[in-house]
Amino acid sequence: MDAAPMDATALLLADSRFPGGGHAHSGGLEEAAARGLVTDEPSLASFLLGRLRTAGALAAAFAAAATGGGDLGALDAEFDARTPSPAQRAASRAQGGGVARAARRAWPSARLDALLAAQPRPHHPVIVGLLVRDPRDAARVVAYLAVTGPASAAVRLLGLDPLGVNAVLARLAGEVDAVAADAARHARTAPEDLPAPGSPALDLLAEAHDRHHREEVRLFAS
Amino acid sequence: MPADHVHPVNFDPTDTGHDPHDHDHDHQGGHRRRAVRIGIGGPVGSGKTALTAALCRALGDEIDLAVVTNDIYTTEDADFLRKAGVLAPERVEAVRTGCCPHTAIRDDITANLDAVELLEHRFPGLELVIVESGGDNLTAVFSRGLVDRQVFVVDVAGGDKVPRKGGPGVTTADLLVINKTDLAPLVGADLGVMAADAHRVRGGLPVVAQSLVATPDAPEVAAWVRAQLRTLATVR
Repeated sequence: MDAAPMDATALLLADSRFPGGGHAHSGGLEEAAARGLVTDEPSLASFLLGRLRTAGALAAAFAAAATGGGDLGALDAEFDARTPSPAQRAASRAQGGGVARAARRAWPSARLDALLAAQPRPHHPVIVGLLVRDPRDAARVVAYLAVTGPASAAVRLLGLDPLGVNAVLARLAGEVDAVAADAARHARTAPEDLPAPGSPALDLLAEAHDRHHREEVRLFAS
Repeated sequence: MPADHVHPVNFDPTDTGHDPHDHDHDHQGGHRRRAVRIGIGGPVGSGKTALTAALCRALGDEIDLAVVTNDIYTTEDADFLRKAGVLAPERVEAVRTGCCPHTAIRDDITANLDAVELLEHRFPGLELVIVESGGDNLTAVFSRGLVDRQVFVVDVAGGDKVPRKGGPGVTTADLLVINKTDLAPLVGADLGVMAADAHRVRGGLPVVAQSLVATPDAPEVAAWVRAQLRTLATVR
């Protein structure tokens, strides 16, 4: 295993206090909770593991690839192609745009300017990868956020015990590291050759969530 | 010490380098002309949306304005404003706060900035954006990164001890509105006590007591908003 600690930039980006708009996204958890699919710690753990191995693994591979100095525009387009749900694409761009807003102030660079000139609201893993030097760190940040975001939403929506939810996350830590380590192999992979893990259930939940926004109350943006 | 000249303090005893008087810290970006942003916050049910609607009625003909609503039940407030007919529907944007209204106006203002910028993009001549917070507690304040000025709304029926309790909303908002004064006799609230407490904890910042039943267009608050627009227009 990599003995080097994560650099502090990666820690900032993974922090739930990072002001990038992530707190308003539940990653499908709100819709799953509304349908009674997630009700307690065991069902939450199952939801999170599924999300980590699909949406999380996809994001991790793209974040790792974005550290490599390749064509970020092509990466961004390939991420679109691997995200069939328009609502999920919008949620990823909303959060990527939030990171971009913070990055212009915190981590200005010519490479950042070039990406944002071409795509003002890049996908979240793409801009995280641009900002974090080490592929495994970048992958770990987005894999971690893929489970911590919905877990926090579960605490807020279902009133689950935060200590219990934290224990669920702790049990997933090894799997988060494994997903990140696997994704780090893709630092030099060409965008079109990156993996495409998908979760039809999450796609459908994202679309249903978006529809319910227009019909009834939803508290999260996704 | 005069309030307008405060010596910078260096908390780092190992620092031998920079000059603390070097004010090269303006990371605010360019001075792009943008709409003035006024936040309206306050507890649930204190009348934030009613005040927002009143301001739209009072100012809509003279000021190019739009509204961002943050209620946890976002569409509720947006629908209220649309149905009240005080603002064209495309001038109202609703933000979803993920159950945390104070986070969305203070700690992580991303969604609100997105909404404000969307409105500025849609209406290039926009002069004023009112950002209405979701109902929250007495500690909720707007970030200065989101709004230029903020109004905190409490209501008479919420208890006449509220101004005395203070909290950052009551004590530091640029304007405190004591709403629903018409209800005072019905709930046994002492308006004199509320006003005196409010003035005491606010150190000279303005307080308006009003009833939208008696004055549906909130004339005193509208006048305050006009004054802020004039001041901020000259600053920029």
